[in-house]
Amino acid sequence: MKSCLVVDDSRVVRMVARRVLQDLAFDVYEATNGQEALISCLSRMPDVVLLDWNMPVMNGIDFLRALRSLPGGDEPVVVFCTTESDVAHIQQAIDLGANEYIMKPFDSEIIELKFTQVGLLG
Amino acid sequence: MTPTELEFLSDLVRRRSGIVITRDKEYLLENRLSPIATQRKLAGLAGLVTALRRPDEALAREVVEAMTTNETLFFRDGRPFEMLRTEVLPMLLKERAASRGLRIWSAACSTGQEPYSIAMLLREEAVRLAGWRVSIVATDITRSVLTKARAGVYSQFEVQRGLPITLLVKYFKQVGTQWELDPALRAMVEFREHNIIQEAAPGAGFDIVFCRNLLIYFDQDQKRRVLNNLAASMAEDAVLFLGALGAYSASPIASNRSLKNVASIAVPAGL
Ligand SMILES: C[S@@+](CC[C@H](N)C(=O)[O-])C[C@H]1O[C@@H](n2cnc3c(N)ncnc32)[C@H](O)[C@@H]1O
Repeated sequence: MKSCLVVDDSRVVRMVARRVLQDLAFDVYEATNGQEALISCLSRMPDVVLLDWNMPVMNGIDFLRALRSLPGGDEPVVVFCTTESDVAHIQQAIDLGANEYIMKPFDSEIIELKFTQVGLLG
Repeated sequence: MTPTELEFLSDLVRRRSGIVITRDKEYLLENRLSPIATQRKLAGLAGLVTALRRPDEALAREVVEAMTTNETLFFRDGRPFEMLRTEVLPMLLKERAASRGLRIWSAACSTGQEPYSIAMLLREEAVRLAGWRVSIVATDITRSVLTKARAGVYSQFEVQRGLPITLLVKYFKQVGTQWELDPALRAMVEFREHNIIQEAAPGAGFDIVFCRNLLIYFDQDQKRRVLNNLAASMAEDAVLFLGALGAYSASPIASNRSLKNVASIAVPAGL
């Protein structure tokens, strides 16, 4: 079973994402900000991170930068999932090693399609 | 709706488009045609049928278009496009090395995601296609989808369905909440109104034909006829892409003309 770390400060978004991802047979666990996510990654690298941008303590882009410099941190597929939807943000995310990008609002089909695109689903 | 009205309407739609309205889809007639009746100030579906019997060509067209399903997305199902890139294109690059030309037809293209996916895919392969003449003709019976396709403007929701993010930033410009396709890519596709069951193919000698998620709406006879016409419009070694549910046995094609490479997702081996 593939693991997915959902990083979002909104409990509602985490819950929705969890439901969608569990239906897609992911082992889902959560973090509420970038720092929590980073600590989590230090003990266990997930197969994929679903990542919000704006969060307290440490935002998504700082987390991504930190993750990619960790040993083994280039392994997880990182999919942004954020309300930031301008090209500048998207380009920055790609440049720093994000694999895909979801602009909120999203639905289960978009998650499924994006995860299929990056090879996480058959 | 009376059985007579129901029969009249589904018959009209089938004769003009090939689309069969099955029992379980009868509610769609009501759902989609009532608004037309209201808009034209006709007395419900009964009034609509009376008007159509006059007959009223423009109204009949509107009815047919309303009964089409235009659901589509970029790089739909992934596999066909992967196959196009890794197998079909290399094969044709070799086979057409002398003429350096490729003719592509996206039949039943709806709002354009399919032909534009092909265009982006080719653009990504630009190095190998340098000096080639590539044409993409995209056709559909429904005028409203063609208008949208020609505009090449998609919502945030639409660009998130099937389109990799790298291609979005590369080939689209954000305008408010909408995304506009690069004019150079838009220019690669020629959109034409075309009824696949009534008109001759929009050209001959096609090298690649996409006819996906259309045949599912037709009955067996119509499927066979369309497949034969497609085959007749294609080069001997051309490749036909059918949708997951549009797969059909190879025999009707073989009876007309042999297509060696019929790519189908439902039945990867053969057709
Ligand atoms: C479900 S869409 C398929 C779009 C695209 N090929 C894909 O696979 O995503 C089916 C399209 O077929 C068109 N169509 C239906 N009957 C047709 C006919 N007789 N001739 C041409 N197009 C037709 C409809 O207007 C609709 O846009």
